[in-house]
Amino acid sequence: MTASVTELTVTAEDRRIAWLATAAVALALVDAAIPSPLPGVKPGLANIVTLVVLLRYGWTTAVWVSGLRVLAGSLLLGQFLAPGFFLSLTGTVLSLAVLGLARHLPPRWFGPVSLSILAAFAHIGGQLLLARAWLIPHDGVFLLTPVFATAALVFGTINGLIAAKLLDESPAAEPTP
Amino acid sequence: MRWLAYLRPGDWLVMAGGAALVGASLPLLWQGGYAERAVIRQDGQIFAEVDLRTRRSIDVPGPLGATQIAVEPGRARIVADPGPRQYCVRQGWLARPGEIAICAPNRVSLQITGRTRTYDSLSY
Repeated sequence: MTASVTELTVTAEDRRIAWLATAAVALALVDAAIPSPLPGVKPGLANIVTLVVLLRYGWTTAVWVSGLRVLAGSLLLGQFLAPGFFLSLTGTVLSLAVLGLARHLPPRWFGPVSLSILAAFAHIGGQLLLARAWLIPHDGVFLLTPVFATAALVFGTINGLIAAKLLDESPAAEPTP
Repeated sequence: MRWLAYLRPGDWLVMAGGAALVGASLPLLWQGGYAERAVIRQDGQIFAEVDLRTRRSIDVPGPLGATQIAVEPGRARIVADPGPRQYCVRQGWLARPGEIAICAPNRVSLQITGRTRTYDSLSY
């Protein structure tokens, strides 16, 4: 048997990303199963994983985990390349960008809850802008902003608290969720 | 509270900021303005423009008979219509600007408008 020409070496980092992304996908599926009164108002449980990863392994790993979650999650839900996929992608990209900036805030003052709320607002902001620009080209979309903003505040706080608890209870190196 | 221990001082600040943002966005729920007037059309022509401040009842004659419209402060509805399917009657009270009830068989429409008109016409 000839040895394979392309040699893929799997690093510990790769394995970690795969594990964490799996956890995030699982939570994304739970998220999708929760009935919601309004499309777009979701707990965003997978963001707990993103937060834990960001604070423990850094921003690059968080980007990988989130990206894989959006991709694999949409494939599993049959939404790949559907409008929902692009909405979720835009929201994720924006919240990762905000997280990239916000993680430089002094950790003594701003904990996971701050990051979570900021990310939630960036997420919903990105989705609203995309929806306005592409799906529903009418300012009527923004009529629902108060509802979405309230959801972002509430779920952002809850997710941030859960992430803080996870980070606090498992200070070890292995994947928390 | 155990959970409160996870909140750092800045977190409260961010939460307050978020709450302020929610508060600032609340007026958007009323962006369409308040229902102020109702426009009643018969056969495409304006039959009457009513101020939604007083309680009154209007009968609009059409090819099938009279469509009865009730106006109350802030809302209006079609009470009775000679049309066969009664869609416009079942729509109930119209209270937001832009809402419209159309009794197609009798060629009567009732539309709520606010202070500003958001669009010129509707087409189906």
